[in-house]
Amino acid sequence: MNNFSLTQVDSAEEAVKTARLSTENNRYIAGGTNLIDLMKYRVENPDHLLDINRLNFSEISSLPDNGLRLGATVTNADTAYHQEVQKNYPLLAKAILSGASTQLRNMATDGGNLMQRTRCYYFYDTATPCNKREPGSGCSALEGFNRIHAILGASEKCIATHPSDMCVALAALDATVQVTGESGSRSIPILEFHRLPGDHPEKDTNLEPGELITAIDLPEKGFSQHFEYLKVRDRPSYAFALVSVAAALEIDGSTIKDIRVSLGGVAHKPWRLPEVEQQFIDQQATPQTFEAFAEKLIAGAKGYGDNDFKIKLAKKSIVRALLTALEK
Amino acid sequence: MEYKNYPETHEIELQLNGTSQKLTISPWTTLLDALREYFQLTGTKKGCDHGQCGACTVLVDGKAINSCLSLAMMQQGKKITTVEGLAQGENLHPVQQAFIEHDAFQCGYCTPGQICSTVGLLNMKKGNTPEEIRDLMSGNICRCGAYANIFKAVEEMVQKEVSGTP
Ligand SMILES: Cc1cc2nc3c(=O)[nH]c(=O)nc-3n(C[C@H](O)[C@H](O)[C@H](O)COP(=O)(O)OP(=O)(O)OC[C@H]3O[C@@H](n4cnc5c(N)ncnc54)[C@H](O)[C@@H]3O)c2cc1C
Ligand code: SF4
Ligand code: FES
Ligand code: FES
Repeated sequence: MNNFSLTQVDSAEEAVKTARLSTENNRYIAGGTNLIDLMKYRVENPDHLLDINRLNFSEISSLPDNGLRLGATVTNADTAYHQEVQKNYPLLAKAILSGASTQLRNMATDGGNLMQRTRCYYFYDTATPCNKREPGSGCSALEGFNRIHAILGASEKCIATHPSDMCVALAALDATVQVTGESGSRSIPILEFHRLPGDHPEKDTNLEPGELITAIDLPEKGFSQHFEYLKVRDRPSYAFALVSVAAALEIDGSTIKDIRVSLGGVAHKPWRLPEVEQQFIDQQATPQTFEAFAEKLIAGAKGYGDNDFKIKLAKKSIVRALLTALEK
Repeated sequence: MEYKNYPETHEIELQLNGTSQKLTISPWTTLLDALREYFQLTGTKKGCDHGQCGACTVLVDGKAINSCLSLAMMQQGKKITTVEGLAQGENLHPVQQAFIEHDAFQCGYCTPGQICSTVGLLNMKKGNTPEEIRDLMSGNICRCGAYANIFKAVEEMVQKEVSGTP
């Protein structure tokens, strides 16, 4: 790790102000499980860290509209095992518990999970070109090993995926991210929080520099009856997703009243298309319908060689997750 | 080249295995390095140093964490327990005893981490099925592949915990 200074901040105002003061190379640190890892590889070399764990973002609380607020520094473990989350948002609990390990979930925070960076091997390897790490240097994955890379929404500049499981469930649940920054506080719908790489793969999210995540809000509707989080990976635990599917259904008899599907491991952000979902409302919940849905959700998918298998895998995983959700 | 003035060291206080310990360290010292290099608590092992193996597992406020990915400065005010803090004098912790009885190690390198994770699992009151035990213990890799006996030791502890005997 490089040398750096560290302060423990006591208020969000102070955090945002301090972050702004030294314009360049400061980072918030929460659980540390991604940042410290990247610092050890010298991918991140901050001058100063602001420890945000003393801020009062460490609670899960009910919202007036019957939703649930997850404080930014609540751990992934405390979130997944929380009574309300287990009862009303089992999709989220399952997604979180499918990620990382017990130890890591005990450290990782909900805010940090949103901000975790790609696991692209070249991003980690400072000896190779990578546009995300060093804009303009090139993308080693395009012509290199790209088994874990994106099949949707990628650009010539970057084909990395967002590695989070939690975020895939949050996308299906239409969560909202609460942030605060120099110019005040704002709410960002989860689907607008992460971005596609385009010409600026160095930017993972639409956060402004210095903006601090304070909470994640879940709306009342949690799809606690018909849901599934299906994670396909190389071993059944402690591995990132090759493809993952968060599926949620609302069913009346055999008619689809609401359908939400979001995908992990296939793009630079959780992949969900509400306009496709709209087309399937009031259709019959059958394997054929789900197959047609899957085709539309991954329309335009493109492989880069090693990851070609993901196209078929994604299609089959979507159908399987929806059928499991339906049968619940 | 511009040199920045970094505050080199901080005096911190850690609650370590039941006693309060003072230490002067740099901000970039991980909890793992603080334990091993400053307190000579070398029971906690460094395997990967990247959160991928679990050899460095310790308990913080009763929960298992990877000490390699945590800064010592950020653990002030928390109760830290390492494998050295589990036994009561000459009496081994029941989990340590179970690991001996089930011959749950070969080289022993992963063992302190496995034991701390097992104590953490008991504190969580989880592990009701063999699948759940395996999943919740998957953060501890055993290079010798002693998993079969590790599993037996953990399962016995979980069952005893369920039936009320520690
Ligand atoms: C071996 C290993 C396996 C893993 N497996 C999985 C997996 O299978 N699935 C999965 O989803 N994840 C997995 N993870 C990733 C893990 O979930 C993330 O590292 C974790 O969620 C990050 O949270 P943190 O609090 O530790 O973040 P930190 O490391 O503290 O911070 C990460 C980034 O977020 C920023 N940040 C943190 N909090 C805030 C905030 N409130 N506002 C603004 N910025 C903030 C920091 O500045 C930093 O840039 C794995 C990690 C490891 C090491
Ligand atoms: S895919 Fe993205 S992160 Fe990976 S090497 Fe290319 S630019 Fe870097
Ligand atoms: S040394 Fe910490 S997980 Fe391997
Ligand atoms: S006993 Fe050798 S690594 Fe587990």
